[in-house]
Amino acid sequence: MSKLLKVTSSPHIRHEDSTRGIMSDVIIALLPAAVYGCILFGWNAIFVLITTVATAVAAEALWNLALHKKQTIGDLSAVLTGLLLGMNLSSQTPLWIAAIGSVVAIIVVKQMFGGLGYNFANPAMTARIVLLVSFAGQMSNYVSPIDAVTSATPLAKDTAYTLKQLFFGMHGGAIGETSSFLLIIGGLYLMLRKVIKPIIPVAFIGTVAVCSLIANPQEIALSVFGGGLMLGAIFMATDYVTTPTTDLGKLIFGIGCGLITFVIRQFGSLPEGVSYAILLMNILTPHINRLTLSKPFGYKEVAQE
Amino acid sequence: MKLPESILRPVKLIRGGMHLDHQKNTAECESVIMPSPATVYIPLSQHIGAPANPIVKKGDAVFVGTLVGEAGGFVSAPVHSSVSGTVVDVKDLTIGNGTLQKYIIIESDGKMTPDPDLKPFKVENYSDLAEAAKQCGLVGLGGAGFPTHVKLSPSKDTKIDTLVINAAECEPYITSDYRECMENFNDVIEGVYLIKEKLSLERVVICVESNKPKAIEKLMEIASDHRDADDSVKLMKLPSKYPQGAEKVIIYSATGRKLPSGKLPSDVGCIVMNVTSVATLYRFIKTGMPLVAKRITVDGTAVTEPKNLIVPIGTPIKEVLSFMNIDLENADRILMGGPMMGNPVVSDESVVEKRNNAILVMRDQKPQTQTACIRCGRCADTCPMSLYPAMVETALRTNNKESLNSLNVNYCMECGCCSYVCPAKRPLTQVMRTAKAEIRRQK
Repeated sequence: MSKLLKVTSSPHIRHEDSTRGIMSDVIIALLPAAVYGCILFGWNAIFVLITTVATAVAAEALWNLALHKKQTIGDLSAVLTGLLLGMNLSSQTPLWIAAIGSVVAIIVVKQMFGGLGYNFANPAMTARIVLLVSFAGQMSNYVSPIDAVTSATPLAKDTAYTLKQLFFGMHGGAIGETSSFLLIIGGLYLMLRKVIKPIIPVAFIGTVAVCSLIANPQEIALSVFGGGLMLGAIFMATDYVTTPTTDLGKLIFGIGCGLITFVIRQFGSLPEGVSYAILLMNILTPHINRLTLSKPFGYKEVAQE
Repeated sequence: MKLPESILRPVKLIRGGMHLDHQKNTAECESVIMPSPATVYIPLSQHIGAPANPIVKKGDAVFVGTLVGEAGGFVSAPVHSSVSGTVVDVKDLTIGNGTLQKYIIIESDGKMTPDPDLKPFKVENYSDLAEAAKQCGLVGLGGAGFPTHVKLSPSKDTKIDTLVINAAECEPYITSDYRECMENFNDVIEGVYLIKEKLSLERVVICVESNKPKAIEKLMEIASDHRDADDSVKLMKLPSKYPQGAEKVIIYSATGRKLPSGKLPSDVGCIVMNVTSVATLYRFIKTGMPLVAKRITVDGTAVTEPKNLIVPIGTPIKEVLSFMNIDLENADRILMGGPMMGNPVVSDESVVEKRNNAILVMRDQKPQTQTACIRCGRCADTCPMSLYPAMVETALRTNNKESLNSLNVNYCMECGCCSYVCPAKRPLTQVMRTAKAEIRRQK
């Protein structure tokens, strides 16, 4: 009897990219903005980020333990969700609220729908909305990094900022959303690593820019760099699971997000609309996917015969 | 090296596909002729279609090139003895892919005496050419194993204008077609002109990937041959992008024509032939020696000194490995063909067939963690057929028949790109095969 060989289905070689690798890349891309947020907002910001990340990982680990499922925290998606949520919160957020946010993100939005790959909405962003609705007062308590007094996000329009302040993040806002510059650097890194395609961020930001150019041209810098648009467009609207797979679908998704963001900011009673825009478009994603599927190679020729 | 302007660029390029690590370690390894093994096991089914019918029995004396199995139908091919010696048995064995197949077992006398009855084949017209391919036992040597005479006998009302010579060799490791171009260049050139002339084709496009500059340089001579007065034989440089050598892909590159699912290249006016098939056909016509030996690239992660070998058909893999001093201790898989589309064999008792072009001995691999699909869309982006493997997986798992039927699974050519790129390490190519089987079952 000769040596027993393994018989596997082709292909017999694989690319080295892994789910964990992709999650690590996104975390790396977020780090400059996160670190900058910590420098800007001090210890409070660090505590918030630690709380959200630790709670998110713990929540996923406990869920898997309780339900006797295979442990999945190694794929780093929980770390990413926690980090994203934390970066979307104000440094003044009470830590217990931040922790609730992580639990909502991981347990309610992600695991209850089947875990990684099955959730229909972005966990971090949906959790932020839940917190925003549930704890409206504590959640909109932003602090200005310049004079350390309580201030609203620039989009609430009670202080004037220069373009430089807006672009480099010297203004109030959530921990990770202030520095458009560092977020764009992170986005470029992801595009360079081919983790994301530029379609959604460009369509999203472009649509917001064009709309505000038409509606109030003097505030275009504010609407593009002032709020959560960069963080949302580059890191939340490009989440694989909850956004369209097809290129055309991505374009529709990006433009849709931009329009909804603009409409909420312009006509709604809320200063910020990025999260709601992405959530609404998340819901439409399966339909966008289905309607934008391309035909296989050589298909048309068959139909013509 | 600066290429002359006469080299064609691809007419159109298919979307998708990907760059692989070429690993053409054996590109400069001149072929070594392997000595006759003690026993050969000649499979009667080395091609697509009906198996051949044995015409020898136990005790018969045979020579190299003696017909031992007749074609079992129109889509079938005859088989010949690859050694001189005595037929020991004709019986069913499971040494191939694990299923029962009929083999002719021949004990070699070690002399490799050619059959004295072999004589050059006269080709007067195009039906002689198909007959030559049939008597040669020629099948698609690129790996598909489709009987060549069927390809060369198109029905009267199909208009064929282009011969596409496939020398792309896009799978990693394999260099056997490349070596054919380098070593038997004359057979390639003569074969190309013979087929062009007998089938009265308007043009010939010889397709080579850009990672073989020496072959491109060499093949340039074909295009400048004195017979090519009207400049109708052209060389085309393809990008080194897998799966450039797949039939549909190469037709699209060479002519811009899209081959619909379920159709043959002749339906879009093309004949696609592997470069080694062309040379083999010419050699048969010249000498009368049918297809009895094959050049095989022996390489892989567990092989330290890779080689190109010319191996008699029916030689057990273990004989090849012992000739090359390859130890199976560190290996866990043996593949027939390339790492993307090759088939694993169940044991080293499997034999070399006509359509094989490589034996890859692969080392144990570090297992990769499989996660749930993260819907990154890489499988769809890389699919040359523009399919959606991840959606097929979902449809299959949820038993959604409507969705499964709408995803055009039958266009899949199983090139392996989707599985290769998947970061979640989902076995998507396997899923596509399962889905095809499921659709067949429902019908």
